[in-house]
Amino acid sequence: MKIRATAAIMECLLEQEVDTVFGYPGGTILNLYDELYNYKDKIHHVLTAHEQGASHAADGYARSTGKVGVCFATSGPGATNLTTGIATAYMDSSPVVFITCNVTEPLLGKDSFQEVDITGIAMPITKATYLVRDAQTIPDVMRQAFAVAATGRPGPVLIDFLKNVTAPSVEIDYEFVPWTQNRSCSSIRALSDSHELKAPEPDLEDIDILVDMVAQAERPLLICGGGVVRARADKQFREFAEKLDAPVAITVMGGGGFPGGHPLTTGMIGMHGSKASNVACNECDLLIAVGCRFSDRVALDPASFASQAKIVQIDIDRSEIDKNVLTDHHIIGNARRVLELLNQRLPQYSHPAWKDHILPLREPSVAEDSETLTPKQVLETIRRLAPQDTIVATDVGQHQMWSIQHFHFDYPGQLLTSGGFGTMGFGLGAAIGAKVGNPDKVVVHTTGDGCFRMNCHELATVQHYGLPIITVIFNNGCLGMVRQWQNLIYHQRYSETTLDRGPDFVKLAEAYGLKGFRVTNQGEMEAAFRAALEAGCGCVIDCRLDMDEMVRPMVAGGAHITDFLLR
Amino acid sequence: MKKEFDTEKKLYTLAILVQDIPGVLSQVARLFSRKGYNIESIVSGETDKPGITRITIVLLADELMISQIAAQCRKLIPVKAVKLLDESASIHREFALIKVKAEDRASRDEVIQMANLFRASIIDVGKESLTVAIFGDKSKTSALIGLLEDFGILEIAKTGTLAIERGRGTIYDDNKLKEEYNYGKNVL
Repeated sequence: MKIRATAAIMECLLEQEVDTVFGYPGGTILNLYDELYNYKDKIHHVLTAHEQGASHAADGYARSTGKVGVCFATSGPGATNLTTGIATAYMDSSPVVFITCNVTEPLLGKDSFQEVDITGIAMPITKATYLVRDAQTIPDVMRQAFAVAATGRPGPVLIDFLKNVTAPSVEIDYEFVPWTQNRSCSSIRALSDSHELKAPEPDLEDIDILVDMVAQAERPLLICGGGVVRARADKQFREFAEKLDAPVAITVMGGGGFPGGHPLTTGMIGMHGSKASNVACNECDLLIAVGCRFSDRVALDPASFASQAKIVQIDIDRSEIDKNVLTDHHIIGNARRVLELLNQRLPQYSHPAWKDHILPLREPSVAEDSETLTPKQVLETIRRLAPQDTIVATDVGQHQMWSIQHFHFDYPGQLLTSGGFGTMGFGLGAAIGAKVGNPDKVVVHTTGDGCFRMNCHELATVQHYGLPIITVIFNNGCLGMVRQWQNLIYHQRYSETTLDRGPDFVKLAEAYGLKGFRVTNQGEMEAAFRAALEAGCGCVIDCRLDMDEMVRPMVAGGAHITDFLLR
Repeated sequence: MKKEFDTEKKLYTLAILVQDIPGVLSQVARLFSRKGYNIESIVSGETDKPGITRITIVLLADELMISQIAAQCRKLIPVKAVKLLDESASIHREFALIKVKAEDRASRDEVIQMANLFRASIIDVGKESLTVAIFGDKSKTSALIGLLEDFGILEIAKTGTLAIERGRGTIYDDNKLKEEYNYGKNVL
């Protein structure tokens, strides 16, 4: 059947069951948006205030729903505005298909208006990039792009269509093939000659070796990494942890992979890890890391990391093995499948002495009785009043660490945070994506005044689409985390980290047609958060905090994991 | 037991089969620059299979670096196969064109003699210069270049190293070691 090339692009989105895209139109992508007009009943387009917001929204949508996110932008600045979002998705293995359009073929490479080599720019921050110059290849490219984004270790891909390819007069041969069947399409078949199009089946010999190692361990520790979340392997991981009867440390990306309130949880590990997690890491004799790449924020000093332990890495990506920390054993595969196979083979273990040593190191959360508002009071109020399944999107910095330390995440996709790339300004876009993808859940966006100022224009999107997202600003009038480093490491030389400036965030919220609250003590926080939950519209709560609050504990970068700079 | 990696830096040769699509060479090369690795030489050319290009890269690295880079390479979508070519089990050759000053008869004769000794050929003769073409392993080309320096080298055009396995084995075989290439194919 002959159809318009742009219609084929839309049909290919429908093949993948895409019903939501985020984006921003412009000159070269006009043809695609013109076609979208015909498909507006089938494909809901969310227009953001800025392409970066669209990129984070598509990412937040993907992380929270487990589906592939889709994001549109035009050529040149539209495309480059996506790059921070693409890199954020890449570092955290989030599946997003970015679609841009470029200038027409005769103008390509001539520094034409709004021309940029976006496939070249995006190459190091995507799993694959495609420059489409021949309209007939559209179905092949679209199908391959979605397969690449979602398969194996997920991640972003970018497709750049030349504008002439999307011209209304261009027609191509097209048959609708649902995604479950389009693995037989030529482009994907060709790829399957050299690439496994499904997760590799774990090697049973490798599984048995780990089963033996577990039998010999007296002090096992598990690390729940982002791979558990991406594989939606939370149930399998929980069964594994309970069978091993081992403490579980959770990375920033692993939040939601293992219940935060579980009796075996020791909390976060690494730079701002709990004493229980970091001491356990240092003293364990078997460390099993699932879907964790031992980044420099976890394995601060790779040489002394878990030095008493045999280290086992379970990962879908073999290029992660031995990359940051040398391991004693590894299993390649999807976390869910590997854990299933392990669970079938493992008896019930019991490690009471080890647990009695580690678990009491956890510090119980004590309510703070301060007159002025503290970060803990803010978080405690949210935790008490918001439903337990509330999705939390964070920005980056102190509030991010406090949020992850304090909230209990119970399921994959409940915590949306830029762990790898550390993108300030990620949170509001991600919250928009999460709310669009999960309309029945409460979505709370925690942020700092520095982060919020970066992308607060997305409040326009929140208002326009009537998304009742609650933004909680940890407003300490400074770049808190950078100031913390300046305080501890740079001898209190607070170079350019004081943010004594506007806007008035309450008035800003009101200017966007939303509700704003300013709170300075716990009572006001409680009243404001209750009102925000009832408001039915986007709300901004400006929490005034002391600028010298610090994230505790803290281990300096590169230091031994139990050498706490702050307790 | 933790795997022992040889930490001594030496020259490693990687043969990589890629789909012949625009940007593929830069996609492969950027992996090396991203890690801060210096490529000693890179050669790219067509193969017996249509649409498939073979890239040969020589790299100064230690064993951990080279295994990392090979694993990263295999993740690229256009990459069909990656093989580490062991020096002892493979043949390495390069090709060089050397333009030498030869302004008088004596020096011309001497350059021709030298070329003959190395089984190189004279491919261009001018009034004031000769161009020598040499094919061989790196030590052979380097030796000739060293000797010709006495006459005054005007210009050199040189390929990087090409390499192929000795014997019946090929890059198309499923000959990957388990630890470098578990369970067959690349993972997306």
